[in-house]
Amino acid sequence: MQRHVESGRDLLLAALALLPAFAACSAESGTSATRPRTLLNVSYDPTREFYAEFNRAFAADWKRAHGEDVEIRQSHGGSGKQARAVIDGLDADVVTLALAFDIDALHTHGDLLPANWQERLPHRSAPYTSTILFVVRRGNPKGIAGWDDLVQEGVQVITPNPKTSGGARWNYLAAWGHALRRELGSLDARRDPARADDVRRAEQAARAFVTALFKNVPVLDAGARGSTTTFAQRGIGDVLLSWENEAFLLQKEFASAGFEIVVPKTSILAEPAVALVDRVVDRRGSRALAEAYLRFLYAPQGQALAAKHAFRARDLAHAAPADAARFAPIELFTVDEVAGGWRAAHEKHFADGGEFDKLYRPGR
Amino acid sequence: MLPGFGLTLGCTVTYLSLILLLPLAALCAQAASLTWAQFVETLAEPRVLAALRLSLGASALAAAIDCVFGSIVAWTLVRYDFPGRRLADALVDLPFALPTAVSGIALTAVYAPNGWIGSLLAPLGWQVAFRPAGIVLALAFIGLPFVVRTLQPAIADLERGLEEAAASLGASRTRTLVAVVAPGLLPALLTGFALAFARAVGEYGSVVFISGNMPLETEIAALLVVTKLEQYDYAGASAIAVAMLVLSFAALILVHAAQRLASRRAGSAVR
Amino acid sequence: MSAQGSQRPSQSPIAEPAWVRRLLVGLTLVFLSLVVFVPLAAVFAEAFRKGPGAWWRAISDGETLSAVRLTLFVTASAVPLNVAFGLVAAWALGKFRFRGRGLLVALVDLPLSISPVVAGLVFVLLFGARGWFGPALREHGIQVIFATPGLVIATVFVTFPYVARELISHLEEQRTDAEQAALSLGATGWTTFWRVTLPSCKWALLYGVILCNARAMGEFGAVSVVSGHVRGETNTLPLQVEILYNEYDFVAAFAAASLLALLALVTLLAKTLLEAHEARTAARGSGSSGGAGRSPTAKELR
Repeated sequence: MQRHVESGRDLLLAALALLPAFAACSAESGTSATRPRTLLNVSYDPTREFYAEFNRAFAADWKRAHGEDVEIRQSHGGSGKQARAVIDGLDADVVTLALAFDIDALHTHGDLLPANWQERLPHRSAPYTSTILFVVRRGNPKGIAGWDDLVQEGVQVITPNPKTSGGARWNYLAAWGHALRRELGSLDARRDPARADDVRRAEQAARAFVTALFKNVPVLDAGARGSTTTFAQRGIGDVLLSWENEAFLLQKEFASAGFEIVVPKTSILAEPAVALVDRVVDRRGSRALAEAYLRFLYAPQGQALAAKHAFRARDLAHAAPADAARFAPIELFTVDEVAGGWRAAHEKHFADGGEFDKLYRPGR
Repeated sequence: MLPGFGLTLGCTVTYLSLILLLPLAALCAQAASLTWAQFVETLAEPRVLAALRLSLGASALAAAIDCVFGSIVAWTLVRYDFPGRRLADALVDLPFALPTAVSGIALTAVYAPNGWIGSLLAPLGWQVAFRPAGIVLALAFIGLPFVVRTLQPAIADLERGLEEAAASLGASRTRTLVAVVAPGLLPALLTGFALAFARAVGEYGSVVFISGNMPLETEIAALLVVTKLEQYDYAGASAIAVAMLVLSFAALILVHAAQRLASRRAGSAVR
Repeated sequence: MSAQGSQRPSQSPIAEPAWVRRLLVGLTLVFLSLVVFVPLAAVFAEAFRKGPGAWWRAISDGETLSAVRLTLFVTASAVPLNVAFGLVAAWALGKFRFRGRGLLVALVDLPLSISPVVAGLVFVLLFGARGWFGPALREHGIQVIFATPGLVIATVFVTFPYVARELISHLEEQRTDAEQAALSLGATGWTTFWRVTLPSCKWALLYGVILCNARAMGEFGAVSVVSGHVRGETNTLPLQVEILYNEYDFVAAFAAASLLALLALVTLLAKTLLEAHEARTAARGSGSSGGAGRSPTAKELR
């Protein structure tokens, strides 16, 4: 029959027929000629409100100085997930993530920026800091005052999973650091070879403390916002371990619930870091804009906005007095003091088979 | 002989290769970057084992629940007339049409200890959300249409003559149901089970909200894939993904075989 | 299906006792209410908790609107691709018997059992900056994942079985007499396909499109992996629901969810109408009263 065409040619025809469909799909993406210049900031969850306002301020500032409209695009998600997206090809001009470790990953896994990225901006590239506080229910019924109250029988603690959430890693290390300090008196002892035995004992105590703490965790959400929802909306748990700025936001968003913030005597100095992604800005020709964007974080206006959104700005001189007054005095220790930096902390605590995997055994 | 076989088969194979086989090849290649020992080690981790066991167990349980209630639902929808039948019939498809993320937050909102139904169960000491029960609930929710929709045509196609013959020969209704109706429906039921099960093993969106995500307890395999990815462990994520694929595919083949057996039995019983 | 006089089960010797029937109907209603209806009601209750004004404000928000647009665009791209594939695959796999056919049919079903998360992962492995094709495509300025094409491809992957399955099982049931007749009368293959085959399977096709459409609009897991979550740009409506939920803006989250639920309800309505139409055609065509349920069968055509 003449209608019978040879199948080899048919196969080819078929392949050709499908190609335009794919081509049509991919052609759609390249349409930005008429739009203003853009900058993509890939950030983590709790900065949504801050960057929404900051981006407007920066765009106005840039327009004043250069007469050019810029549009800041914004992406939020879990810190590790965001870093992974950038490594896989999300074209972030700047990243503003929860921990330096995730930005390090951009260097180690994708060579997107140099190893010394942290030295390129003041304060080790952390324009604002934060810390970990407790949020309790109205009237603090369980009488939570400090870290040691969290391991009491019958106290339910809500924290996200340190394996998936940047914020949870700060929670975990804050608890670990508290226990070490309690045992050793000061974290400086970690570096004193003469006290190696003490340090070993203290680490055992810290392990026991964190184990007991996680025994009290009834729900381990994947991200910080999930935990907050579990605590606030679902009414589960007595204490929420939370970023300081999230704690204030929670009080505002759920004003009628009467949540109270408990400030422990000591906590960890959380340093969310920022960096421009060299590979991307060089390809897109947006280096100057990206640099200006990050510098603006350190400018008086940027610092004031950070304080407004309850991040501990490095320079509180320009912050509204009411904003600055919110930050309770608290003794803060750093990741370096607790664990010798993020890389070491990750390997010891959070990598597969690390401390967290060992100490986290449910079956209560 | 109809024309167009070569052309359409060529298109089909090409499309399947581009959209399905090529991506899966990439997945297997990624998993193959592990040595066999590493692959086994990844899967033998207690968390991974627990997650796989939970995913498979909860999916099987959910599919079984769907089979029990799905049979009742399908039977009543086909055989009985009652007020609201059309509405009920339409509702069956909702879990399929509703985006999984919406199902997730809706089920969590309803079954959380302070939700509409959760607050009624809480005084009884029953907690659904953030427990394995919540996972089973979510999976049963998404699997329901697959069971009901597979059973409905089968029930409708049952030859009533056979039932009538059995009844006229003096068989009780129960006996007719067991000896005539059940074997006739078994193949469809198994298909429904397989579809619901396969869908449930990989489910993510509707489960993460309600599961509580406690490692070793309520952490599902799909979440572990995401967790591994977030630690830049692509090979580990791919290893778990491949294991999930193999397991759910094996389950499908198993059920398929059982289904063949059942339809042959049913066929011979009819004859 | 209609329960007409002679078919009324209560008058048949093969009916269950009334109390059993009532029990089963009751169980059906209770089960469907608890598992399906209550969660649906919760979506709308939460969405309208602060009144229709707040609902309207939430869904007319710029980012939500752009998410709606993106969702519609992705669906409108993915569904036609899958329809084309479904028709072609159904012809090859439904009308012919050949070695390896079973394997191909199984492959068509495979995405149903692949976790959406894994579906997203495979496209990262292919089109990611360090994937198989990612680097080459990026050199030519083509961005696949974290842009609209990636969303479309992931959606196609997850939804392509729905149209194909419906059509394949439909064509399998059909005999090829009509086509043979047309061909022997001198019609070309194309004409036969357009004039004979397509009209006979239009209901199955429509049904598959409805399923595929519902799934495409609601896909979450796969799309979440390849989206990049750029606000107002690569967030589809289901992702927007998650974002709003994570912003403690529960009313807005449920408002967006209610939009999706509405789309789902419209889908179901379309499906119900379709089935009613089928049942009518079937009843008129053959006088038979069977053929309820979903699968439009060959009965009406014989």
